[in-house]
Amino acid sequence: MTVMRMAELVMEGVTKRFGATVAIADLTLTVGDGEFLVLLGPTGAGKTTTLRLVAGLEGPDVGRVLLAGRDVTPEPPAARDTTFVFQQYSLYPHLTVYDNLAFPLRSPARRVPEGKIRTRVLEIAQLLHIEDKLANRATQLSGGQMQRVAIGRALVRRPSIYLMDEPLSSLDAKLRAEMRVELKRIHRELGATILYVTHDQTEAMTMATHIGVLDQGRLVQIGSPREIYADPINTYVAMRLGSPAINLVPRRLYPNVEAPAAAETIGVRTEHVRIRKSANGGAVGRVKWIEHLGDQNHLHVTIADTDVVTLCDRDAGVVVGDAVDVELTAPLFFAANGERVRAN
Amino acid sequence: MTSHAHSVVQPSPLSQRIAGVIVVLYAVITMVPLAWIFLTGFKSGPDSIAYPPKVLFTPSAEGYCNLFTTRSRQSPEYIAQLPPTSGICDAFARTSNMVVVGASNFVPRFVNSLIIAFGSTALSVVLGVTAAYAFSRFKVPAKDDLLFFILSTRMMPPIAVAIPIYLMYRDVGLSDTRLGMILLYTAVNVSLAVWLLKGFIDEIPREYEEAALVDGYTRLQAFLKVVLPQATTGIVATAIFCLIFAWNEYAFAVLLTSGEAQTAPPFIPIIIGEGGQDWPAVAAGSTLFLLPILVFTVLLRKHLLRGITFGALRK
Repeated sequence: MTVMRMAELVMEGVTKRFGATVAIADLTLTVGDGEFLVLLGPTGAGKTTTLRLVAGLEGPDVGRVLLAGRDVTPEPPAARDTTFVFQQYSLYPHLTVYDNLAFPLRSPARRVPEGKIRTRVLEIAQLLHIEDKLANRATQLSGGQMQRVAIGRALVRRPSIYLMDEPLSSLDAKLRAEMRVELKRIHRELGATILYVTHDQTEAMTMATHIGVLDQGRLVQIGSPREIYADPINTYVAMRLGSPAINLVPRRLYPNVEAPAAAETIGVRTEHVRIRKSANGGAVGRVKWIEHLGDQNHLHVTIADTDVVTLCDRDAGVVVGDAVDVELTAPLFFAANGERVRAN
Repeated sequence: MTSHAHSVVQPSPLSQRIAGVIVVLYAVITMVPLAWIFLTGFKSGPDSIAYPPKVLFTPSAEGYCNLFTTRSRQSPEYIAQLPPTSGICDAFARTSNMVVVGASNFVPRFVNSLIIAFGSTALSVVLGVTAAYAFSRFKVPAKDDLLFFILSTRMMPPIAVAIPIYLMYRDVGLSDTRLGMILLYTAVNVSLAVWLLKGFIDEIPREYEEAALVDGYTRLQAFLKVVLPQATTGIVATAIFCLIFAWNEYAFAVLLTSGEAQTAPPFIPIIIGEGGQDWPAVAAGSTLFLLPILVFTVLLRKHLLRGITFGALRK
């Protein structure tokens, strides 16, 4: 392709307050054409507000929102070319599945002929495997089907950007896993630009081309899932990804590890902790608890007064109470304020 | 949709049966006066005031004849020289030395009641649903004070303002007009409508409209296509409450209407005065008077039941 791909969404220095609360603070963000950006953060981090600002359901106090190169900041939602999948309540209970899917195309702003609507709705229903449910009332569907229809409602249009607000959070674990694969497939097949918010790190890691981590309305770090996981800029970002969570141990417990001077905390992921049964008396830790999860075992080791969690083979022969040597293979260093300190 | 529903324990068969018996008993007790009115409408004059009261009697159309006609007393000689009776009502009249001289005012009064009650109900619901939507969704300055003010209009009995309204209506020419009565009943009902409907609209998640807004609909279109259909239950319940008030209202009707715009409630008692205490005619009028509300409620009962229990089921 010779055409330069234009960024679909640009947010420039956007700030949004609700009364005295700052929901979004000076947010600058770019989502390129075909990107699947997942905004990750806990409740209250400003994820939903960001989506609502892009959709035009809220107006920013400061800053601009550009869609496909056009400044849409003053425009009402209907004039923007976006689509929104809500966390829940996205289907109209008084309409059938077919009419729900057709609803966006029937908007007076679009005036799509009924024949075209029919073709498009059937196409999307097939894509989502709900073609046999079209005549049902929305209320007669299971949770998974409802959410598929909700996503389908977004897909019948080809907007410049799809906005999704934790669309999988109301589903059970099995369905959520299926829908993750489904969404990723849709993203690939349609080449869609998607801005997706969630607090679920698995969704972020599995689907995103880029992850942005939000903390109290600020974008802390943005990058590929690999970058965010392997190279976090502070402990907050480090803690958001990885399960079990990254181990943060005081620097003083590991006097032998070569570390930058400012390092106060060592961060080490579970897979980077190596355990050896202690042969001599110089052991640093003691096995406190072993969790058997079936596919993996979590070993909780107490070092001084700090717990470190690591993975271990079932047949490593370690039992509770064993004295063990703990080796850190890929440590990350953080200063007292939580910021990353890089070696040299 | 909210998960914190109340008790889901099935009542035992015995308590269900007892509850059933109580409901049937209550229904019977409330139905007896209605049944009595219905029966009295088909009694003859003497049967209607017989003591002990007659449960079994020969049905007669006299009450309905008297309701729909006006009659005048004539001498037996005059009646004897008249041509043969032209209808059943004429025949009834002649047995008591009267002749039918024309139609009574019952039909026009009944039509007035229909126009005024349904007109004010429609207006109350339209004003109520738009105001309730605004209160529910938009930042309205001094919202709580306004809502309280709207509610406060119901804190005194409406009749307390009857005299001022009578004087004002006389000045602006609304006395004894259908429009005047529609406006008056709407003014009384609209506070109820706003409060009831705000509750219903509050329960409709905003996401529904927001989805429509993002999909290219304007606020008004989203309101019409998304909010209204989901508020149907609330609208129906509100409409029935408004209609019942406007239909039954008596005090204002007596004071403000006397001719052209008189409604059925002040008209029916007047029948008593015409040529003796004509209870069958009053009962006939009352029976017919019940019908519109009955039909309206039965047609919409599915919504009404859901509407009245709505809050209880969801909270």
